[in-house]
Amino acid sequence: MSMTNIASKRKNQDTGTQLNNAAEKRYQFFWSFFFILVSIIAIIPILRVISISFSSKDAILKGEVFVWPVGFNTDAYTKALKTGNFIQTMFYSIELMLASAGINMCMTILMAFPLARRNLRLGSVIMTFCVLTMYLNPGTIPNFLNVRDFNLINTVWALLIPGAMSVYNMIIMRTAFRAIDDSLYEAARIEGCSEFRIMWQIAVPLTVPTIATLALFYAVSRWNGIEDQIYYINSSNLYTVQMTLKQMIESIAISAEEGSTTQMTPENVKAASITLSMLPMLIVYPFVQRFFTQGVMLGAVKG
Amino acid sequence: MSSKPLREITPKRKGWLKQYLSATWQLYAMMLIPIIYIICFKYKPMLGIVMAFKKYTPFGGRSMWEMNWVGFQWFKEAFNDSLFWKALANTLILNLGDLVFGFPFPIILAIFLNELRSDKIRKATQLSLYLPNFLSWVIISGITSQIFAASGLLNNIIASLGGQAVPFLSNTIWWRFVYWMMGIWQSAGYSLIIYLAALMSNDPSLSEAAYIDGATRMQRIWHITVPQIMPTISTLLIMQVGKVVSISFDRPFMMRNALVTDVAQVISTFVYDKGLKGGRFDYAAAVGLFQSAVGIVLILIANKASKKMGQEGII
Repeated sequence: MSMTNIASKRKNQDTGTQLNNAAEKRYQFFWSFFFILVSIIAIIPILRVISISFSSKDAILKGEVFVWPVGFNTDAYTKALKTGNFIQTMFYSIELMLASAGINMCMTILMAFPLARRNLRLGSVIMTFCVLTMYLNPGTIPNFLNVRDFNLINTVWALLIPGAMSVYNMIIMRTAFRAIDDSLYEAARIEGCSEFRIMWQIAVPLTVPTIATLALFYAVSRWNGIEDQIYYINSSNLYTVQMTLKQMIESIAISAEEGSTTQMTPENVKAASITLSMLPMLIVYPFVQRFFTQGVMLGAVKG
Repeated sequence: MSSKPLREITPKRKGWLKQYLSATWQLYAMMLIPIIYIICFKYKPMLGIVMAFKKYTPFGGRSMWEMNWVGFQWFKEAFNDSLFWKALANTLILNLGDLVFGFPFPIILAIFLNELRSDKIRKATQLSLYLPNFLSWVIISGITSQIFAASGLLNNIIASLGGQAVPFLSNTIWWRFVYWMMGIWQSAGYSLIIYLAALMSNDPSLSEAAYIDGATRMQRIWHITVPQIMPTISTLLIMQVGKVVSISFDRPFMMRNALVTDVAQVISTFVYDKGLKGGRFDYAAAVGLFQSAVGIVLILIANKASKKMGQEGII
């Protein structure tokens, strides 16, 4: 069925007063086709990188590779894994990501749990104190001077402490805690529970979906973040996967500009490095995307 | 004592504070570390803004406070610096492009996706469009060169059709389109989910009633679906307009290359180049402060505008 054919039929259908079943079927067919196409286009860039990484050098130079590997081989991966301690960097990045998500989550819960109490004295003052920081950003230079004052430059702490809590996520967490019935707390208090125990044994288990979602968002932003590494880190042994990849990509950009065919790192090795850096995300994405989708909603209904 | 519910304690009684705290001190203790963090890493840096009005001397171990005041010298320098104006103009152009090309795209997708009966296709589209949102700009810039470089996918296709190679990454006009396109690729899925959620919460009976009354599909979309998601659209639009002078660092920094600095240098990368790389902390702080100040004013205006239009404010 050609596009013009469908278009003209769509027009007929629109001018008609009632939708008949055949027209509706054609409509559904057309838009299903359209959205399958959109989905495919959206993942073509990723497919392209993966297929380059598995293709032979000759096929790449001749421009024979499109979105499917030509001359399948895995040499690029052996080379990519050998250069610059890739595996070690990967483990370091994963550790850093877990540490960051843990610290962020603890801070977020510790702040959100008391602020979720409706009758807490000074609660609204502390809340305003937090919310103001979302709008008053001192800027790159003052932040850098501050991190330097604390002697964090070129330490791993510069990647963990300055972003140790997001006020936005804290507000989401607070909303989740507010949904818990106060009578549960009262009962626990009468039983003689301390507030810490109430938080840990009542509030936290009841808000696991929100906690999981926020922890994932924290983990992803640490995994993907390079801004603070560019600002605060100069020694390459503290670089994460992203920074290691950045150094390789910079050589791509330069050679692409000059249009030269001689390159420092071969195209397929770069593609292999990009694929390896994407891999953790690609593997976990199908399992956790439900939480990510929820996360968007949490942000949309923040109150 | 600690078992006493909070609301039973009346503030008027003598010694109420002691009694109140004996029941609640743990709550305040919990907030201690986060509050110290916020003071040290969110409020204390604000003192560093004075750097914009001082002459920065790197050596001699002098603290920020002992450096000499220079008043508005760096602001004057910035306003006479053609590179600063260029960075500001580029920031506006790139952000406006995002607005013009990137903003309507997920709305249109969401509206038609919502008309689709197949849940499977809706899920699949959502899944594949949302994925790039979790890739870093380092990875995206690597992917960009795999697609748009001289030896990239598009030029391979053009070459196989017998055409001339197009300099997508080194031509300044093409580069902007690549920047916007990759922006859409990265962020469309996120907005799509917001709009789809807004559409899901719509009342289907309105659309059904219109259908029975003989409204065509386009009429139903235009007169029923669109008005129902209008609040979401205007809130997101106002938010984006309010942020038109502020730009992230990762995206322009990773997407730029040496041949397109003329159009790719934006305020955030300008501050980095001048300040952290060039060592001119004072001048860069002034440029940053100018941007933050204009940014806050715009956000306040946007917030007022959204309240005037009967929407909930964004602040």
